[in-house]
Amino acid sequence: MAEFLIKNGFVFDPVLGIKGDKADIAIKDGKIVETTALSSPKIIDASGKTVMAGGVDVHAHVAGPKVNIGRNFRPEDKLFTYKPGHGIERMQGGFSVPTTLRTGYNYARMGYTTVMEAAMPPLYARHTHEEMRDTPILDQGAYPVFGNNWFVLEYLKNHEIENTAAYIAWLLRATKGYAVKVVNPGGTEAWGWGLNCDNVHDPVPYFDITPAQIVKGLIEANEYLGLPHSMHVHANNLGNPGNYTTTLDTFKLSEGIKPNSKFGRDQVMHHTHVQFHSYGGDSWANVESRAKDIMAYVNSHDNLTIDMGQVTLDETTTMTADGPFEHHLTELNHLKWANADVELETGSGVVPYVYSPNIKVCAIQWCIGLELALLAKDPMRVFMTTDHPNAGPFIRYPRIMKWLMSEEARKQQFDAFKHKDKVIEATNLAGIDRELDLYEIAQMTRAGPAKSLGLSHMYGGLAPGLEGDVAVFDFNPNEPYAPDAIETAFSNAECLFKAGVQVIDDHEIVSNGNKRTLWVNTKVNENPQVMRDVKEKFLRYYTVTLNNYEVSGHYLPNPYVIEVDATQ
Amino acid sequence: MTKTVTDVICPFCGTLCDDLEVVVSDDNKQLLEVYNACAIGAEKFLHSQAKDRITRPRMRQEDGSWKEISYDEAIEYTAKMLADAKKPLMYGWSSTNCEAQSVGSEIGEAVGAVMDNTATVCHGTSLIAVQDIGIPSCTLGEVKNRADRILFWGCNPAHAHPRHMSRYSIFPRGFFTGKGHASRKVIVVDPRPTDTASIADVHLQIEQGRDYELLDALRVAFKGEKLPDVVAGIPKAKIYEVAETLKSGRFAIIFFGMGVTQSIGKNHNIDAAIAVTRDLNEYTKAAIMPMRGHYNVTGSGQVWGWLFGFPYAVDLSRGFARYNPGETTSNDLLRRDEVDAVFVLGSDPGAHFPFSSVKKIYDLPSVAIDPHETPTTEVCKVHVPVAFVGVEIGGCAYRMDNVPIETRKVVDAPEGMMTDEEFLTHVLARVKELKGV
Amino acid sequence: MAISVNLITGRTIQQGVSMEAGKEKPAYTTACGIIELDPVDFKRLGAYRNTHVRVTSDYGSVVVKAVEATQGPHPGVAYIPMGPWANMVVNPNTYSTGMPTFKGTPVQVEVAKNEPVLGSLELVRKGCRGELA
Ligand code: SF4
Ligand SMILES: [Zn+2]
Repeated sequence: MAEFLIKNGFVFDPVLGIKGDKADIAIKDGKIVETTALSSPKIIDASGKTVMAGGVDVHAHVAGPKVNIGRNFRPEDKLFTYKPGHGIERMQGGFSVPTTLRTGYNYARMGYTTVMEAAMPPLYARHTHEEMRDTPILDQGAYPVFGNNWFVLEYLKNHEIENTAAYIAWLLRATKGYAVKVVNPGGTEAWGWGLNCDNVHDPVPYFDITPAQIVKGLIEANEYLGLPHSMHVHANNLGNPGNYTTTLDTFKLSEGIKPNSKFGRDQVMHHTHVQFHSYGGDSWANVESRAKDIMAYVNSHDNLTIDMGQVTLDETTTMTADGPFEHHLTELNHLKWANADVELETGSGVVPYVYSPNIKVCAIQWCIGLELALLAKDPMRVFMTTDHPNAGPFIRYPRIMKWLMSEEARKQQFDAFKHKDKVIEATNLAGIDRELDLYEIAQMTRAGPAKSLGLSHMYGGLAPGLEGDVAVFDFNPNEPYAPDAIETAFSNAECLFKAGVQVIDDHEIVSNGNKRTLWVNTKVNENPQVMRDVKEKFLRYYTVTLNNYEVSGHYLPNPYVIEVDATQ
Repeated sequence: MTKTVTDVICPFCGTLCDDLEVVVSDDNKQLLEVYNACAIGAEKFLHSQAKDRITRPRMRQEDGSWKEISYDEAIEYTAKMLADAKKPLMYGWSSTNCEAQSVGSEIGEAVGAVMDNTATVCHGTSLIAVQDIGIPSCTLGEVKNRADRILFWGCNPAHAHPRHMSRYSIFPRGFFTGKGHASRKVIVVDPRPTDTASIADVHLQIEQGRDYELLDALRVAFKGEKLPDVVAGIPKAKIYEVAETLKSGRFAIIFFGMGVTQSIGKNHNIDAAIAVTRDLNEYTKAAIMPMRGHYNVTGSGQVWGWLFGFPYAVDLSRGFARYNPGETTSNDLLRRDEVDAVFVLGSDPGAHFPFSSVKKIYDLPSVAIDPHETPTTEVCKVHVPVAFVGVEIGGCAYRMDNVPIETRKVVDAPEGMMTDEEFLTHVLARVKELKGV
Repeated sequence: MAISVNLITGRTIQQGVSMEAGKEKPAYTTACGIIELDPVDFKRLGAYRNTHVRVTSDYGSVVVKAVEATQGPHPGVAYIPMGPWANMVVNPNTYSTGMPTFKGTPVQVEVAKNEPVLGSLELVRKGCRGELA
């Protein structure tokens, strides 16, 4: 395999603790190595440029059934954005819900090399894997959803952690999944009847269990197994004024639980797109930011990580396994609504949405996301996301960097709001002058998410032994720059290496890389009861047979299996 | 000696039953018996064993007779035809697996083809409606486990999806529907008293082509507003009654078919049906689902969705994907003489397109890839027989509710026969050579 | 004497089974080379069951066997199972939707006792070559 030496760049790497100093980065046989290990490398001159590890996205909706609903039911999302094939790139289209090819290429252009699909309905796992297979370059994994799964509801009603854990292990293997995802616990099952669970104590119809029991039980089962990632939750009551109390109640369910994982993470709960969960007030008229309360909690509890869910002020496509929320949204904006409930497991909805700078609420949402990041004491626990495409498309990450790194850029945006004064009054952002530096950005986009995922032994840094995922950006941090220069440079990496393969050379995509699919294979003690329950449910309630459920190997042409032994 | 293969998937209709049992000879050469399938599904498996099956490609001669050619010659003809054409139509893609669809898409991209699938004569208008208004839907297991109001509109599963009613919609005992049929009220809307209607609690014998009116009347009735005495041939009392039945359910599902998609009004009919479903969600839980025909027409829409962003009628001829039903749809293209070659795989437009379109295929350079001899192979210049997907080769297929299931291989194809995917892979390689890419 | 009826097409289980058994086989013609008429319409036509009839629309013409409606009554509505026979006469216009108007084509039906019902391949072949009467 080729050797590369990236010379004289300004390196930002939280793993090595390099904060913009000049350093050389060496790649050999797919990994980062000591520079002394190279014999005749290709030299990349990075002088005057920024060098970072490949970006890691903990939460994006990029593959699977609801993503494809978004593509197929929004032809308008392809207007004006289609690009013909060029060089090794195939044709690509879509703005908020890009085709799989564009997803791979566009992440690569931003210097990202690892992207996790945030919600995989188990029955649709095969579809999710087919799309990931057709997404070039990126290493990916997918999180099957558990929070409304009938097995889980029945086991956790009686707090049967061991059975829940055995079921999780079985389902991760059957679906080739990566982590335990929870979306609107109990609420999506209630949506099977057109209902919802509004708070953590609102019981799930028929199943007689509360969202709190589901979340706590899944954290415990996750730690029982010692999975690489923690339980990853999207709490109840998303998107509603006053919902920050539900969010805090959800956070508190993690209290007193210690991580049990050999994979180096410190959290037992990852709460996603917290922007959507940090609202005060009791109506859209008086909705306000509660980011301070939220971040006061996050900053003082280190067994918790979060991501932003930053609103980017675009027209986009919302999609979530939170079925009742999407119905609520279509009633608010009267745009088209797709819903897809999944037997015994979950549901989902898709609705287009326009985050307009002329609408007060949208501007408040924009402020809240940025506040979360700017109020973060530890950027290793607060990650940059847009909950793509829910709060905006992932291609806006460089723009978010600009907002986080430049108070001037934020001021410009405030000035563009129609209801600027009301927005300032309802939020804290105007009073925050913090400007993040590239080291903190690297924590929020590389080292932090990699650690939270239990993948710090592979991704997120430039220490020898890690994957050869390295990005070079045409950006000199030591010279004065206009805020927009950040967005330009980080949208268009000059070079990108993925597992030691040069994927971008002089801003051109030159390779489709060697895409891998990560999944977690957990060994557990035999559990005849769970296996009996599985057989029974397939026989009586599923519409596919048990033998046709498991995703077989050829959907993952290049798998990367993470083995976990939970047999003690 | 024989052996039994279980959990076999039926590659015929969008019901995509996955509980078939197939008895095969020990050497995997012969398929002997099929259990659990309906009559059509069983026939599909058994016919693969026909003694008179065509197993080698053939080319039409000047005098109208067929001449056997090799697969290599067929690949060469196909690749040349596609590479030379300015705007070839690559049609079908519904009776094959997603793997073949994926390779076919790459060929289409390389040659600048129009890619269209059988939705174009089936649920294409539904796809348009979904782009207008969305679609609240669910998997078939949700219907089985929860639905207590079942409405079949312009579809006749007793004939078109024979096991749909027993597996999913009318008879099964699910988690919240333990009494099976007795837990459900069944309504059929159809201009004929069909065999499906005969099982229903209520049959509304609508005047053919008046679906839009009746759907709108239901929306009026939900709100308790005034109706004319008769709408679409149905007395208003009956409409109010049906509206009340739907609203009073815990979970209502509407299944719809060609009766609405192909009748005048087309996508607007589906718009109205989906609007009915949206309205119902104000009172209870409701979902709607198209009764997709071919076992994997849904899959081709999915594959093109993630590769191109559109579910059918995808015009790649300008180097990027365009979608404009009415312009980029097969029958419009053929009737307007806008394509200059036709490639067909996994469908039979010769039998299922209006004859004026069939005649255009006959007039053009054309290739048909099909295990069967069909009216399409009859009008094409080259016929390439292939292995039966779901019988002689596995691969992914999407059920009508978009659930992907991996079909199984149960017997070997006759010696020396190619699969769709193999044939397409060779064509792709040759097309790339010809195009210098 | 010809009668006017409203023609619809669609799947039948016999159509499905015979199609899978081979569209070149006579069973396919038996299943699909037919028109299902209501008894009332048979009376209007003045024909016996199982007589060959010619069905003509603005778009074409085809000979099929007239049989009694299997899923009736549906006076005024006629049914030809989906397939090449129906497609000789259906309204091919899509009205810019992509979808031909397969259902709801006004057709004339008249007795054609001595004209043959062609098999599917022959029908399509002769049609393409302009050899149909
Ligand atoms: S209902 Fe459809 S999928 Fe099921 S056996 Fe019959 S033809 Fe096959
Ligand atoms: Zn999300």
